[in-house]
Amino acid sequence: MIVTSNILAPLREIVPATKGRARVSFIGARAFLLEAPGDFDLPAQRRIWALSQTVRHWVDIAEVIPGMTNFLAILKETPEDPEIVVRRLVEAWNNAESIDLAGKTIEIPVHYGGEYAIDLPAICEFSGLSDREVVRIHHEATYRVFALGSAPGFGYLHGLDPRIYMPRKTVPSLRMEKGCVTIGGMQTGVAMLTGPNGWNSLGYAELQMFDPTSPTPALMAPGDTVRFVPARIEL
Amino acid sequence: MIEIIETGPFNTVQDLGRPGYRDIGVSASGAMDPLAVRIGNILVGNDDGAAAIEVQTFPFKLRFEARAVFAVTGADGHPMLDARELLPWCTHFAEAGQILELRQPLTRARAYVVLGGGLDVPVLMGSRSTALRGGFGGNGGRPLINGDRIEIGTHSDGLPLPASGIAVVEPAVALDDVFPAPIDGVLPIRAIAGGEHELFASDGEAFWNQTWRISSRSDRTGYRLSGEPIKPTATIEMRSHGVVPGVIQVPPGGEPIIQMSDANTAGGYPKIAGIIECDLWRLGQARIGSRLRFIRSTHAEARAVEQAAARYIEDVRQTSQMIKRALKAMA
Repeated sequence: MIVTSNILAPLREIVPATKGRARVSFIGARAFLLEAPGDFDLPAQRRIWALSQTVRHWVDIAEVIPGMTNFLAILKETPEDPEIVVRRLVEAWNNAESIDLAGKTIEIPVHYGGEYAIDLPAICEFSGLSDREVVRIHHEATYRVFALGSAPGFGYLHGLDPRIYMPRKTVPSLRMEKGCVTIGGMQTGVAMLTGPNGWNSLGYAELQMFDPTSPTPALMAPGDTVRFVPARIEL
Repeated sequence: MIEIIETGPFNTVQDLGRPGYRDIGVSASGAMDPLAVRIGNILVGNDDGAAAIEVQTFPFKLRFEARAVFAVTGADGHPMLDARELLPWCTHFAEAGQILELRQPLTRARAYVVLGGGLDVPVLMGSRSTALRGGFGGNGGRPLINGDRIEIGTHSDGLPLPASGIAVVEPAVALDDVFPAPIDGVLPIRAIAGGEHELFASDGEAFWNQTWRISSRSDRTGYRLSGEPIKPTATIEMRSHGVVPGVIQVPPGGEPIIQMSDANTAGGYPKIAGIIECDLWRLGQARIGSRLRFIRSTHAEARAVEQAAARYIEDVRQTSQMIKRALKAMA
């Protein structure tokens, strides 16, 4: 079933983010982490995107890493006075207007259930929903790529229906296959590497999403819209 | 061309890394002792960022298939060319067929084999470093194995080297005023308090006051420390954020983890501190089982140390160029 955008429109309504105080901390001498106040939501993330676009053009910036409603700025050189950098970042945050990244739409065919859906029974148990309902709720939603990180090309997707929030495992799976479609807390995503993984798998996607030899190695970018399209449902 | 004759696991091709792609989840990687790679490259006439072999499991042997210039930097102890002991931190010539052997260093963890022209493996995302986790870069995205053959590049400054070689006073000695030596076997490592330091209350002081041991579950990704566990006063649910090598995170067990060269790009454990970048090479040379203590540092101190290291690098560059130019003029 494909969801039309008008069903989702109310979920995507943008309310202005409250301009609370951001917090800045140090990681070593050259990296500064700004954490947005308030909820883990799209309005906060839209201001992180805006902040990221501003700060990446500062002449003394080597690299910026937008996270989940937070932002790491890595300077080219250790600053003489770190407090000046903190003030500049807070000021940039305060001035950051919510922006919406245009982004592209990525459709990811998913084989729901089956041998890779090792955690689907646990998700059903935790949510009190049937496997069919869990799968339907997962593929009917429209997701936004908030940020990339953790593994090459891995996108943290926001927009998971709260009915299927599922805590990360306390003991990670030692070997989860690359391609597993997973839920981690209030986020969802597709595993990019085979290996230890604490998220919960409910399906499998074959789509290649990272190519180190490409000029644009990662398929996903912040702001992209992602839809999971059931290629097969095996329950 | 060189051929790997004997190698243990986890020896890889590394350069100064591929920073700049953490925003798409790609670790920077690169040498655990970047200072050693940089100095080695300057000596043999390469760009600072040419690719070298990082050897962390010994013994290691390679055969030269053609005449080449090389230097072995980083570790202590003497490399062997056929049966002859060589000076480390010094350029040498190898003839076709000769075998270079690196034995277990006396106290340090990693040696770098730097070749004139650098290792000619493909550049991916601006670097020749091996990304072990992603399985790309370096030599086929994996550690070296016996029988691997790697091409040597041709890009170097083209200046002649004296037959007797050019040697440097290694950084640990030349910069002993800015890099304090271990005291009773305990390596002092400088760090700046991190975002969740306050959350550890009195355990925050326990972090700075105790001696930590580098556990056997340590590798290029991270060092796990053993010691008296430290616990935050509250459990907080952190949102994933970018991290860099040197970040000291405290997982629920209370024993800190230091992210190293193959650091994950994102993290969510409370951060008690972050090591100043210019001390990371010393940690890269610290062995499993060795002890360290964290010293509170400041941005001003980090800057002073960085500037001293930069002056040393420039001094090595100027001096070696001067010698090579004089040699060329005499020829």
